[in-house]
Amino acid sequence: MRTLKPLNGNQSIAEATRQIDPDVIAAYPITPSTAIVESIAQFKADGLISGEFVCPESEHSAMSVCIGAAAAGGRVMTATASQGLALMWEMLYIAAGLRLPIVAGIANRALSAPINIHGDHSDTMGARDSGWIQIYSENCQEAYDNFIQAFRIAEHMDVRTPVLVGLDGFIVSHSVEVIQVEDDDAVKSFCGEYKPVYPLLDTSRRITVGPIDFTDYYFEHKRSQIEGIENSYKVIEEIGKEFGRTFGREYGFFEEYRTQDAEVCIVVMSSAAGTCKDAVDELRNEGLKVGLLKPRVFRPFPNEKIGEALKKMKAIAVLDRSSSPGAFGAPLFGEIRSALYDYEKRPKIVNYVYGLGGRDIKVEHFKEVGAKLAKIAETGKIEEMCGYLNLRE
Amino acid sequence: MKKESWKELAIGTLNLNPGNSVANLTGTWRSGKKPQFIEENCIQCLFCWLYCPHFAIRLEGEKVVGFNYDYCTGCGICSVECPPKEKAIVMVKEEIKLAEGRKK
Repeated sequence: MRTLKPLNGNQSIAEATRQIDPDVIAAYPITPSTAIVESIAQFKADGLISGEFVCPESEHSAMSVCIGAAAAGGRVMTATASQGLALMWEMLYIAAGLRLPIVAGIANRALSAPINIHGDHSDTMGARDSGWIQIYSENCQEAYDNFIQAFRIAEHMDVRTPVLVGLDGFIVSHSVEVIQVEDDDAVKSFCGEYKPVYPLLDTSRRITVGPIDFTDYYFEHKRSQIEGIENSYKVIEEIGKEFGRTFGREYGFFEEYRTQDAEVCIVVMSSAAGTCKDAVDELRNEGLKVGLLKPRVFRPFPNEKIGEALKKMKAIAVLDRSSSPGAFGAPLFGEIRSALYDYEKRPKIVNYVYGLGGRDIKVEHFKEVGAKLAKIAETGKIEEMCGYLNLRE
Repeated sequence: MKKESWKELAIGTLNLNPGNSVANLTGTWRSGKKPQFIEENCIQCLFCWLYCPHFAIRLEGEKVVGFNYDYCTGCGICSVECPPKEKAIVMVKEEIKLAEGRKK
């Protein structure tokens, strides 16, 4: 039955998993994603899911089980965070290279050292080039909705690429919201019956999965892999619209908030975008024409659409919840700046790293950014291209 | 053998024609030495057959009769593993021919 339920982000992912009931779930619990695995284990113990629930000895093994199960022909999911995702490292690339449509829920958390269990995007940004599609969620509702769509995107015959859905550790993973949980059958029918491609369990057809390539084939296979994620642009868009038609909440590559007549814009992903909306409202009341652009899909990166949305701005601040030591700016900044390169008249653009290790970002910090953007828009001058927010200098 | 473009390859590095390594004549890798079979020393233990990485030991029934030089890389493992004091497999010099390439 379609109902409102008080769920935190982890429970939202678990609830979607229960409704989809994948063939195999293999996961190793790690903070702050533990409750996803715990809730699923409870569902299994209560007989509410029929899929196999595998408890391996590590995240590396969890992803290995997912790969084996997906190659065998099953619909597969897992969940992890931080060091767990880092331990899955080599297997992430294999899942993507073998084009296995695995779906993972990631409660975004900082990476050691220093050890820290709180939210930032270092884990998934580290997996940026692993070949996985990356979708980020602002709140529990989005985590639930994104997770359901992730199966459709991953399993689309033109895509067949694993998808990870990020939700901010603690801020979303452990905060309870009342979310719209859709009807079990409606979710099942939205996801549809799983269609495996060359499953290993089909013994009537002999295949080899994962053979070695030498210098004469590796490059072609990698190019073929890239085609899958390139094809996902269209699919993500279609499925976001279909989700809207079916459940009333439509999704695109990014969300724009009060950008229509904006002259300056803040770009920020995930939960911080919620806080930023309040800051935008306050700044608007103070007379600054500011808007917010919240990227939802980071891989594949919607560079053309974001470029079009941002080209008219006078000044842009890109906020990154991860750092890329030694790089010119953090990951999102690099993408956005590059997306604007081809326009003859380009906005001024600055980068702020914020919130590492779960450091708070409040309305006042966004207002600080707004004030700096106003100054840049007015003078056309940038004092500091890449800076930090709410850091003791 | 014409190599496929990336568009012609099966999804996810799948090999839809397993066993196709039979067309890869690893015998062309041999450079300088090849195994020679001395039948009178052979105790038919089949160690060579067991150890050969390229399935290049020829059997008739359950008896070793020699080598399949199309696939023998000349690695010499069979000769090392051969147990008799007077070895039934010895590595002998082979004139190095520039690889003729694959026959098929």
